[in-house]
Amino acid sequence: MEALLLSRWQFAITTIYHFLFVPLTLGLTIWVALLETCYVKTQRPHWKEPCRQLVKFFGTLFLINFSLGVVTGIVQEFHFGMNWSEYSRFMGDIFGAPLALEALTAFFLESTFLGIWMFGWDKLSPKAHCLCAWLIAIGSNLSAFWILVANSFMQHPVGYVVQNGRAEMNDFLALVTNPYVVGEYSHALFSGISTAGVLVLVVAAWKYVHDKASQETFRHVLKAGAIYLAIGVLGVMGSGHMHTQYLAEANPMKLASMEALWENENPAPFAVMAVIDQANHKNACEIKIPALFSLMLYNKPDGEVKGINTVNAEMIAKYGNGDYRPDVFGMFWSFRIMVACGGAMLLLALTVGALAHLDRLQLYPCLLKFLPLTLPLPFLANTAGWFVAEGGRQPWIVVGLQKTADAVSPNLTGLEVFLTMVGFTLLYLVLIIAALYVAVRFIRKTSIPAEGRDA
Amino acid sequence: MDYQVIWFILIAVLFTGFFFLEGFDYGVGMLFPFVSKRPEDRSLILRTIGPVWDGNEVWMITAGGALFAAFPHVYATMFSTFYLALFLMLVALILRGVAFELRTKEKCPCWQKMWDAAIFIGSIVPAFLWGVAVTDLAAGLPIGHNMIYQGNFLNLLSIYSILGGLVFVLVFAYHGASFLQLRLVDKGLLYKIQDLGKCAGGLAVIAYVLYLLLTMENTDLLAHPCALVLFLATAVFFLLSLCLFVKKPGKHSFIFGALAIASVTFGFFTGMFPRLMVSSLNPDWSLTITNASSTEYTLSIMTVAAFILVPIVLCYQIWTYYIFRKRLTADDTAHY
Repeated sequence: MEALLLSRWQFAITTIYHFLFVPLTLGLTIWVALLETCYVKTQRPHWKEPCRQLVKFFGTLFLINFSLGVVTGIVQEFHFGMNWSEYSRFMGDIFGAPLALEALTAFFLESTFLGIWMFGWDKLSPKAHCLCAWLIAIGSNLSAFWILVANSFMQHPVGYVVQNGRAEMNDFLALVTNPYVVGEYSHALFSGISTAGVLVLVVAAWKYVHDKASQETFRHVLKAGAIYLAIGVLGVMGSGHMHTQYLAEANPMKLASMEALWENENPAPFAVMAVIDQANHKNACEIKIPALFSLMLYNKPDGEVKGINTVNAEMIAKYGNGDYRPDVFGMFWSFRIMVACGGAMLLLALTVGALAHLDRLQLYPCLLKFLPLTLPLPFLANTAGWFVAEGGRQPWIVVGLQKTADAVSPNLTGLEVFLTMVGFTLLYLVLIIAALYVAVRFIRKTSIPAEGRDA
Repeated sequence: MDYQVIWFILIAVLFTGFFFLEGFDYGVGMLFPFVSKRPEDRSLILRTIGPVWDGNEVWMITAGGALFAAFPHVYATMFSTFYLALFLMLVALILRGVAFELRTKEKCPCWQKMWDAAIFIGSIVPAFLWGVAVTDLAAGLPIGHNMIYQGNFLNLLSIYSILGGLVFVLVFAYHGASFLQLRLVDKGLLYKIQDLGKCAGGLAVIAYVLYLLLTMENTDLLAHPCALVLFLATAVFFLLSLCLFVKKPGKHSFIFGALAIASVTFGFFTGMFPRLMVSSLNPDWSLTITNASSTEYTLSIMTVAAFILVPIVLCYQIWTYYIFRKRLTADDTAHY
């Protein structure tokens, strides 16, 4: 029991830590590749050199971030076997394939071409070098696809049959085209773009305010970054909305607990806030907007939404006695944190974008001064979103097929897991401090003057 | 040939790639602090693996992923069995991965020294632990009838397995020295590296002979005639490589060293066949390609994928080495 709880903590710590860097990698690779394309394509000679320096500037930030993402990714892969051996046995026939394909198609691609990109500036033609940047972007986004194929199976199993005491794959195509993947992948991809967008804006705003020499260059970056962020946030919202609608059919328990909706309601209200009483399976008090939840789900102000207790009763009928309710408090508030951060990011993109394009940024120095404080927004949103996705699956590790409690390695003692958990956590802390220190110093020290004004 | 056998061979191939490529990466990481104290020299030496080490490490990740996909029970049993050892390995690999990125980002000497130490630890610890792990797999571990490990951390350590770890460390250190001979021009550095390589290589020969003797005593690997031939061929390749290395290090010594690594890996897998993990409690409880594998359906899909993708990966990785084929001089670290 102890080993189970600690293993869950350890996995959560590693995942959350890993997922601080991963979305940034997804978004920054595309951003860097876009920048480098600008560098290769631009016809304006005075813009060429600043553009190249910007590629290197954001490339360096990307590399610092990437190295932390990669090393924790290896920990993730190993955790499945180390802490969740019974999961690996039960699910290996299905789960191993996307993982191996991830390594073969994506990890090799991104890491090999990253090496070439880092050290190949004077060995390749600018076009070939730019191609490497795109291959890294494709590689890292492809790796997100494969791991989300694997994750989607845990949320919504398809293409399998349970026999010989394990889940066996019988339709690979169904696994890859799991409708759950569409929502998860698009949501993750756009959240990557948003995360990178906020980082770009934050860095650019800081440079704009504090580094007069680079001001002109980063004025352009603010403009472009705002567009990039806006695309990301709008995509996140669209895909999130679509995926939530899909949850009504794919995973009603997760959906109901995101909204702390305990009983069936028609039309279902949207709770702005709620005091959740998990023990008695109800809300002690709540502030509701009538029919809004139904409207969000079905695009019309009526329609029944299943409550947590109803789904729980259905699951008891199907899977036997037990409590199949996830942590509703965590689900409800994580979802709200995620949405609130998303809204704030959209506001940010629109404000900065509008001001930059109207050339009014210099009139609002305060805005730019405080902009760096928004940096935590995407990271909070990503973490909260990840909690909604994974917390909403509990008590299952694979919905309907295996419970988290049955998945843990039986040979582990609590002490062993405790030691490794503490060890990993301390190491993660030291490394993030070192990486932040290096990144901040680098941003401070690097100046990118513009070579002349646009005609 | 059925899919389980194909995957057994593919796993052997992936581990060969891993030991060959990461072998010299680890070797370089183990040797560089002893070659020179000057920061510029150290940067230059690390620069030889700078563009490639990350791609090389993916061979290990892929080998792990392939084990998961093809032999999930082996993946589950092996990784949970080596729990604390893998923790140490992960810590080492994390330090190493981050160190490559961060060590040059700050000019302060103590900062670089700290990350240099991280690279050293991050190279020697995984090398040692892989040696221990591989030896344990062959010697057998207390694995029960349900494929679950019944021992503890100390069961993983014996004189035999520690010797296995030492063999890996020494061979990789030698392999790294051999690799560096191809990548640098500075006479002073090359001379020092050759010295270190001779040391590591000589000790590796002694350790390997002892290891073979203990392997004969502790395992049945050498009972298989092909495995025996491969294990002996390893010794021949390695001695040839070392002789060439002492006389005039270069391509040939490196190639024979690589052949030694390949033949010992294949020797190991041949001797193990059809087992992947040996149970010391009951031979019937060993994990084999039949009782530990995925379904034929999954294996067939993975086979198609592997046969298409591995050659592509090989092509672009070889291309990387081609791009960076030029020997490095002091100028090459200027942009650091």
